[in-house]
Amino acid sequence: MSPQPVKPAGAIIMDGLWYDNPIFRQILGICSTLAVTNVILNTAVMCISLTLVTALSCWTVSILRDWTPRNIRMMVQTLIMAFYVIIVDILLKAYWPEMSRNLGPYVGLIITNCILMGRCEAFAISNPPGPSFLDGFFNGLGYSSILLAIAATREMTGMGTFLGWPVPFFSGPYWDKWVIMVMPPGAFFTLACMIWLCRSIWTKEKVPAQTGGK
Amino acid sequence: MDNINAELWLMVVTLFASVFTNNILLTTFLGMCSFVSVSREVKTAAGLGAAVVFVMTLTTVLNWLAYYYILVPLHLEFFRFILFIIIIAAFVQFVEMVIDRYSPKLYMALGIFLPLITVNCAILGAALFMVIRQYSFIVTIGYGFGAGLGWMMAILAMAGIRQRLTEARVPRGLRGPGITLIIAGMMALAFVGFTGVLK
Repeated sequence: MSPQPVKPAGAIIMDGLWYDNPIFRQILGICSTLAVTNVILNTAVMCISLTLVTALSCWTVSILRDWTPRNIRMMVQTLIMAFYVIIVDILLKAYWPEMSRNLGPYVGLIITNCILMGRCEAFAISNPPGPSFLDGFFNGLGYSSILLAIAATREMTGMGTFLGWPVPFFSGPYWDKWVIMVMPPGAFFTLACMIWLCRSIWTKEKVPAQTGGK
Repeated sequence: MDNINAELWLMVVTLFASVFTNNILLTTFLGMCSFVSVSREVKTAAGLGAAVVFVMTLTTVLNWLAYYYILVPLHLEFFRFILFIIIIAAFVQFVEMVIDRYSPKLYMALGIFLPLITVNCAILGAALFMVIRQYSFIVTIGYGFGAGLGWMMAILAMAGIRQRLTEARVPRGLRGPGITLIIAGMMALAFVGFTGVLK
């Protein structure tokens, strides 16, 4: 915890969204959310929950950073995350029970999503609350944007719809629906292609070395 | 007696289902992080896999007991995330200490993997699936073991393939995680073939 100058907000936002994007750059947190990317609506709900939980727990961890004993900080962080996840879970159950059923255990699995722990450990534990909140929020957004792109690809090619509405070309008779895209293997292939695409762009851009979550 | 036989049969079916048709890694994407990062060598993959099988079997059973004997009577079901995480973390810590004390050799083999497991989503995921699918106690034992075994099988296969890949010429942007995900996709494709073998 060396005292370091706080990064400007713009840099935090750009890092979270692109240069230090949790998915490409750090390969974090793909576990718990990939499974819900076959339908855009589910993904959107999951992404909103994840972004909120990440931002709020980073903020809380940052507020408590001076009072948290160092050797039990992991446990404290986990409990903070679990606290917010429980709130999200209860809200979903109360106001949108069918979505809660669709998402199944994946809302609860936000707790073990590595992005959360990664951001808390890498940023929130040594920075003031404001920037930590921003960092968590934009890392969540960066993550969500990729997942939404994956979900859009999968839903469009696999079912010919976008948010449940038929898309002109893909739902027509000239498009054979790629059933494999809505099944688990489709998620792996789409994510791999996304990573390929973004990494290829990076090598051209020559991004300066960044410090990742882990 | 018939009842128990039926339960045992269901347990065996669940065990096979969770290894093949419902593989926790290839169909529900749990435990991906360590799957991508620890599958470079067969030896380490085997160590991590063994640790996952062991921890997953015992923690799902412990979590079942805690959920149905503590949370359900108290109507505190929404508390399960915290309880499961604490049980898993405490159990892993405990096992680490016991192994360290009684079998330093095993500790050398498994020791470094145990802390990693606490944050492995597959362990928590198995416990949550167990609650959502309302498994009975006996079926839970089969499920925990099967899910762990399925995960171990997948990571072993992946490590074997990746070892051969070191000489291959992979496009630059695809190196590392990219190619791993493509292989995982193909493995998942193969496992889709098992669908329908069991109900």
